[in-house]
Amino acid sequence: MSDERRHDHRHVDPGIPAAPQDHSHAVTPVKPHLHEHVDHHPARRREGKGSPNVAILCEGMCAGYYGRDVLDEVTFEVLRGEFVGIIGPNGSGKSTLLKVIAGLLEPQCGYVEVLGAPPGHGTGVGYVPQTELVNWSFPVSVFDVVLMGVYGKLGLFRRPGAADKRAAEAALDEVGMRDYAGAQIGELSGGQQQRVFVARSLVQDPQLLLLDEPIAGVDATSQHAIFTLLEERQKRGMTIVATTHDLSCVATWFDKVLCLNHRVIAFGPPSEVLTDETLSATFGSHVLVIPEAQAALRSAQH
Amino acid sequence: MDFLLAPLQQEFIVRALIASTLIGLVCSVVGVYVVLRNLAFIGDGIAHASFAGIVIAYLFKFNLYIGGLIVAVLTALGIGAISRRSDISSDTAIGVMFTAVFALGVLLMSRVRNYVVDLQDFLFGNVLSVDRTDIMLVTGLTIGVLLVVFAFYKELLFASFDPLMAQASGLPTVALSNLLLVILAVTIIVSLQAAGIVLVAALLVTPAAAAYQLTNRFDGMMAVSAAIGVGSAIVGLYASYYLNAASGSTIVLTATLCFFLALAFSPKRRSLLTQVLAARRRVQMAAR
Repeated sequence: MSDERRHDHRHVDPGIPAAPQDHSHAVTPVKPHLHEHVDHHPARRREGKGSPNVAILCEGMCAGYYGRDVLDEVTFEVLRGEFVGIIGPNGSGKSTLLKVIAGLLEPQCGYVEVLGAPPGHGTGVGYVPQTELVNWSFPVSVFDVVLMGVYGKLGLFRRPGAADKRAAEAALDEVGMRDYAGAQIGELSGGQQQRVFVARSLVQDPQLLLLDEPIAGVDATSQHAIFTLLEERQKRGMTIVATTHDLSCVATWFDKVLCLNHRVIAFGPPSEVLTDETLSATFGSHVLVIPEAQAALRSAQH
Repeated sequence: MDFLLAPLQQEFIVRALIASTLIGLVCSVVGVYVVLRNLAFIGDGIAHASFAGIVIAYLFKFNLYIGGLIVAVLTALGIGAISRRSDISSDTAIGVMFTAVFALGVLLMSRVRNYVVDLQDFLFGNVLSVDRTDIMLVTGLTIGVLLVVFAFYKELLFASFDPLMAQASGLPTVALSNLLLVILAVTIIVSLQAAGIVLVAALLVTPAAAAYQLTNRFDGMMAVSAAIGVGSAIVGLYASYYLNAASGSTIVLTATLCFFLALAFSPKRRSLLTQVLAARRRVQMAAR
């Protein structure tokens, strides 16, 4: 998580003009400075306007369902190699934001760029959906589920081959679920299911991994296992964005935290963002910070 | 042996047997998706809506199945579009759409009262009346549907299990679910011969639901479902012959029997039998 490592991923191509970047990690102003660098050259947009070390660029984006906006003028930027947590209360737009980045939902306005391409048009983005939306009684084995990770790039009419199966086994090894390969997916605990889903996205070897509530309903052991293996991948250059409503893990694992409540309340390193003011602005007045979490936050701030 | 061979002396029984075997196969294979994706109500809706197409085709004197197929596919895609683009629940959309189209069919039918007897076959199915052309149509459409299922096997599996992740991986999930609805519509039209509009949903759902009790694997579920579907079609047709009963009802009831047997002996849960015995033991203990 050192700064040097981040700079390792900065391969500034002189051909592409680097967008002006705001490196101040102060609590982001509530009003995003969105029209500051609005692109007046639509042609340039297609080439991507973020510099190569930017994984996600989001400017004045709004999105929602059936005409109702869930996200309002969201502006932030994730650098390659960062581990970013998105926190906010239920219904604050965390999942919606991930869906926009994953290319599953078209934004209504603003500009979004993911790994230098419009969302959903590039490769290298892995997405782990919320496990509570999945039909766990579906008749598939753990191995079948992980193998689905290669389906997207296989293309039509091709069946997974021996190399794909080896990749699936390796991914199961990485998450420590190799022994369960033959089990029906519904036989596993919540934490084990989550690890299998992470394995499925790792098969694709993504540069950017998006996880929707990866530790919801997951026991402490699996939480630790999941974050440890994600951190391991991060060290090898992967960018990770995860939503959570569990504040206790925020200071320990994330490089930066995005506090979201329909709009960006704050964005920056945990020590700067996790203040009483931003938390109550994010979660409303009824935020309950338990003593242990408060201690963890305090130690993170120093 | 004679019991099995005697009916086959008559050509119309052979034709009916071929038709119901193919219908049993295609329904039980497509039924796996119907059960796992909760499309049973959509299937019922498509079947009812197709009736309007059949009546229109009857009025204008062209092939009844083509007429039914066109309306069935349009209804299927219409239901898909409505449930995707608005916050109306798909069940509500189906409830509104299919009853409306069915009502249109009933209205048209009541205007041509003298043909009612012929059209009644479509309500309850009469596989004994299939002719050579029908056999060709059923065979062609069955092969077509099975080929599509085979070709898009992994895509349909992924999109059925986890549509969000499938879409994020670049699979065209909207096109795939439309494809599935079209397959479903074709399957339903093919099956009207055997089961009719009212019973076709059972051919789709029951074998697959029975198979679901017996296996934990997707390919296994498809194989077991196909076996139950084909078996029920053959057994049901013989039952229909010897009981002199409507073929649709005997085929469906045979499949239903398979379903309850599967439920009782399912390795997935503690079998029903063991549960009943345990409950009886508890009652006896309490009585003491």
